[in-house]
Amino acid sequence: MNLNYLFDPAHWNLEDGSIPLLILSHLWYVVLALIIGTIIALPIGLYIGHTGRGSFLAINAGNAGRSLPTLGLLMLMVTLLGLGLTPVLIALTVLVIPPILTSAYAGMRSLDPRVVDAARGMGMRPWQVLTKVELPMALPVLISGFRSAALQVVATATVAAAVGLNGLGRLLIDGLAVNDYSRVLAGAIVVAVLAVLLDLVLALAQRWIVSPGLR
Amino acid sequence: MSSYLSNNWDTILTALRQHIWLALVPVVLGFVIALPIGYLGVRFPRLYHPLVNVCGVLYSIPSLALFVFLPVLLGTKILSPLNIVVALTIYTVALLSRTVADGLRSVDPLVVESATAMGYRRLRRLVDVQLPVALPVILAGLRVATVANISLVSVGALIGVGGLGQLFTRGFQLFYLEPIIVGIVLSVALAGIADLTIVLIQRWITPWTRFQGRTA
Amino acid sequence: MRTRIAVAGLAVLFSLAACGANDDPLSKDAGGGSSTSSSTVTIGSANFAESELLAEIYAQALEAKKVQVKRQFNIGARELYLKALQDGSIDLLPEYNGALLSALAKGGAPQGVTTPDQVLAELKKVLPSGTEVLEQSAAEDKDTLTVTSDTATKYNLKTIDDLKPVANQLTIGAGPEWQERYQGLKGLKELYGLQFKTFKPLDAGGPLTVNALVKNQIQVGNIFSTDSSIATNKFVVLDDPKNLYLAENIIPLIRSTSNNPTVSGALNAVSAKLTTENLTTYLAKVQVDKQDTAAVAKAFLSENGLS
Repeated sequence: MNLNYLFDPAHWNLEDGSIPLLILSHLWYVVLALIIGTIIALPIGLYIGHTGRGSFLAINAGNAGRSLPTLGLLMLMVTLLGLGLTPVLIALTVLVIPPILTSAYAGMRSLDPRVVDAARGMGMRPWQVLTKVELPMALPVLISGFRSAALQVVATATVAAAVGLNGLGRLLIDGLAVNDYSRVLAGAIVVAVLAVLLDLVLALAQRWIVSPGLR
Repeated sequence: MSSYLSNNWDTILTALRQHIWLALVPVVLGFVIALPIGYLGVRFPRLYHPLVNVCGVLYSIPSLALFVFLPVLLGTKILSPLNIVVALTIYTVALLSRTVADGLRSVDPLVVESATAMGYRRLRRLVDVQLPVALPVILAGLRVATVANISLVSVGALIGVGGLGQLFTRGFQLFYLEPIIVGIVLSVALAGIADLTIVLIQRWITPWTRFQGRTA
Repeated sequence: MRTRIAVAGLAVLFSLAACGANDDPLSKDAGGGSSTSSSTVTIGSANFAESELLAEIYAQALEAKKVQVKRQFNIGARELYLKALQDGSIDLLPEYNGALLSALAKGGAPQGVTTPDQVLAELKKVLPSGTEVLEQSAAEDKDTLTVTSDTATKYNLKTIDDLKPVANQLTIGAGPEWQERYQGLKGLKELYGLQFKTFKPLDAGGPLTVNALVKNQIQVGNIFSTDSSIATNKFVVLDDPKNLYLAENIIPLIRSTSNNPTVSGALNAVSAKLTTENLTTYLAKVQVDKQDTAAVAKAFLSENGLS
């Protein structure tokens, strides 16, 4: 086991299967899954948090979602739908929905009800209360949920390679198949670095987005 | 479906039993290891942030890679279940060390001070006061780690040891839905039961939390 | 409160212990090691249906002779399971003589070695120390390059040679190990001068490859010659005039420490009964009819008087 594969310049050109292209395809799966997951989970989480209806669902969604084995779900989807991006996106989206939903809910619940009352008292309409008060104040919790979703999906997107897609899992699966541990190591390192960088970017974004008054 | 179940009952049970072992032994080991590590992160506050970061990086190593490396690092055989157990123990420690530290940090300093004033020394104060007060947070982390482990074990099937994951690969190789569905259902059910068990244990050993409405 | 914690902890430990009492994967017997510590034979298989069926046939044939067996199927590609055999994780598995020879011989199989007997003779020279092969069967299952009938008509393809002018427009799909194997992309390039547009790493002649062929996501796929999907989908198997793919007779590969007259007797009896035809038929029961591997293996053994 050594770092030869990682540092071989031939693996960093822009040919098919090179590390930069695998990083791109990996990020593509991750970003798509996060976007779709957010579109689905955020409104539901906010609604439940805002109204308090369905709290049971929101609290337990986290662990229920985590308990779905991604590999099994992926293989199920490929068996049903055939080869392609869709099955992978479904499996990864299912993974990101729970943390986003739960944190959106928790963020809304963490608000001081008096603040919301004050906003209403100032004559804000429900939509204004949501967008100008509740959402900004729930952001810190919400973003931390988003960050943990992102971390999970970066590591898990490697399973896409097990069903013939690209992404950094290629280095793991191919390295394993041809008994090239240097390649597996390269894959693991790049995934971990990618996860750390992504988390860093999101942490910076968090500083930038979250209102200074809430820090 | 029913014919699949009746024909493969033994295989399924064996896979299930292996799955339980591979997932839960690391939870117990990881919990025991994470307690002192988490405590160090609180006792020496300067260690807290490095601890959180190291745990974050450890958790982002893809499980498949860890399963493959451990035989090289530990000298175990490549099909040894020990590789899975050690890998999942590492994840559990990464997850729980932070939770333990956070749990202990969440204890109201006033409570700690009162205990000190009552004459508690460090170790007894930790065991009798801080840990029990931190338990709800720690157990919440334990729930996450347990459920995550149960779902992660199946990745081991890609290298031939994976409990219920073997049902996934088998079904996948034959384009045959039944084994995959049975595997998913059992895996989810197992996680649900384990999760519920921890909740029940939590209620029993931390009876005071019941009166605070929501549990952590 | 402390007693409660202690009680809860103990209860968890006990229930774990009870759960694993019959089948403790952490005991020294599990995951191999059995070859030296007891007489149990651990049987492995590769990650495709036929290998698992053959391994199950071996397992039941040995059980019929009162040999203790442990099943450790579905390990992965050859590169991985040979390691498992060498470190003692497994003791026995079904192999293919030509593919095994190509994997073990430095620089691939020697020139001019193509017939089953030649392959076997060469194979015996390069087996890893501590392992041996038993008698090979007449049953063959070759790697093939296979295309859909549409692709065959469109480019007028009958042999692998015919691919030469069009390969750079075609995507080929096979197990990821094909990137490195001589009996994969390397041999296709050296022997036939084929340079495909792209290589898509899928599975070892499994449903991914079949599916990708049907949907034209790949145009050329590596399918095993016994695979029932060839007939089902009216695929065209391209001839291999330069014999890139050697004889591929099924042969038991075993660690010497596990070999004894009872074991070799049982396995050689299986090899004597296996033919390409009956293997294809029984494999279809698994692949097409989705019958349970163990039941199919049992039927094979009883119909051939081996149970």
